[in-house]
Amino acid sequence: MQQIIYFISKNSTKLLFLLLLVVSLYLTTQTHSYHQSQMFHSANVVSGTVYEKTNNITEYLHLKDENNRLAEENARMKQILYNSALIVDSTFAVNPSIRIAQDYKLFHAKIIKNSFFKKDNYLTIKGGKLNGIKKDMGVINSNGVIGIVENVSNHYATIQSILNTHTKISAKISNTDHFGTITWDGKNTGYVQLVDIPKLAALHKGDSIVTGGISTIFPENVPVGLVDKVYTSKNSNFYTISVRLFNDMTNISSVYLIENVHIKEILELEEETINE
Amino acid sequence: MNNTTVLNTLRFIVLVFFQVTVFNNIHFFGFITPYPYILFILLYPLNVNRHLFLIFSFLLGLVLDIFNNSGGVHTTACITLAFVRQNLLKMSFGYSYEFHMMRITDKISSELVTYVVTSVLIHHTVLIVLEIFNLHFIWEILLRIITSSIFSILLIFLIIGLIKSPRR
Repeated sequence: MQQIIYFISKNSTKLLFLLLLVVSLYLTTQTHSYHQSQMFHSANVVSGTVYEKTNNITEYLHLKDENNRLAEENARMKQILYNSALIVDSTFAVNPSIRIAQDYKLFHAKIIKNSFFKKDNYLTIKGGKLNGIKKDMGVINSNGVIGIVENVSNHYATIQSILNTHTKISAKISNTDHFGTITWDGKNTGYVQLVDIPKLAALHKGDSIVTGGISTIFPENVPVGLVDKVYTSKNSNFYTISVRLFNDMTNISSVYLIENVHIKEILELEEETINE
Repeated sequence: MNNTTVLNTLRFIVLVFFQVTVFNNIHFFGFITPYPYILFILLYPLNVNRHLFLIFSFLLGLVLDIFNNSGGVHTTACITLAFVRQNLLKMSFGYSYEFHMMRITDKISSELVTYVVTSVLIHHTVLIVLEIFNLHFIWEILLRIITSSIFSILLIFLIIGLIKSPRR
């Protein structure tokens, strides 16, 4: 017993180091495993406030770009609105007697921290539980997919970016039903990879890639990017497609978050089906 | 609360603040990011409890990881550096390092350069290897370690030069 105490007191620094090393390696490996929430993340009050304050200063540099983007988006929305079948009277009011299916709810949030040069990138946004933001909501902007909500605190949330080697988003070639999965190889911030598209699919350079309808996170037909290069391999029946993103992920400032209103119902039903 | 405690607390806060708001946003050529915040570990006083020193380094790394959403990579790199610091001091300053450390930043000597360069290399190697953690990117890992280290070392000497106590 005495010897044990002697050993511990003699090597106490080494033992403390080993203990701390185990803890930090545990925290590290946690982020490397697929889709596991981090124990410590920047969606907390201190780091959220710091990022918010710095963003308040730096956002002025991008106001002009942001204005242009909003104007473009407004134009696109107006185009849809004026061509919509829902409009009946001259004041462009939507006819209340036509009930639109409310499948998705949209929220707006500001990015206060963006990262894109790492292999596993996360964004931090202003807006959390108290604003109705929940884990696993889809995140888009006017150009297309940005990522998926990962951790939520009361006032802030972190988003797993599409530029994250663990991100997997279901996608398809526009106007067909050939599904695949969007992944990122960690190399170029302008390109992601679409895998598991069967070789039967007719593909051309410049075809647009949109999200598929089989996901509970994103609605169907949210744009992702354009087909840039197609890779084939002899021992596989699937294409690997390099997709050029519509979004410049290094230059984004505000996002929309999408909530699938029926997600609870869908998940409950699926669970019931499995349990039977 | 004596002078050293106040100085180190201030150093901790100031270095973390500038790392998070300024240096983390520097991406030279898209991938070179300096990490001069390890100055806290390099300049931490010698004649104090080593356990406390390890724990403070752990906290420093943890704060950086929280801000960066990077799990535990900064934490691991920081405690590794803190653990081997004594050996690095012995290696670069010789056995009388405790005497030299009294005014380590007084002049930029070749001993100080050895100390800083080896420390930065060790910290950055652990940090970047763990951050990328994929053999596919072995060349990128090496390139990042070397370029980021050079950048960090330059910045650290710049900061040391700026905070150097004036000659009496």
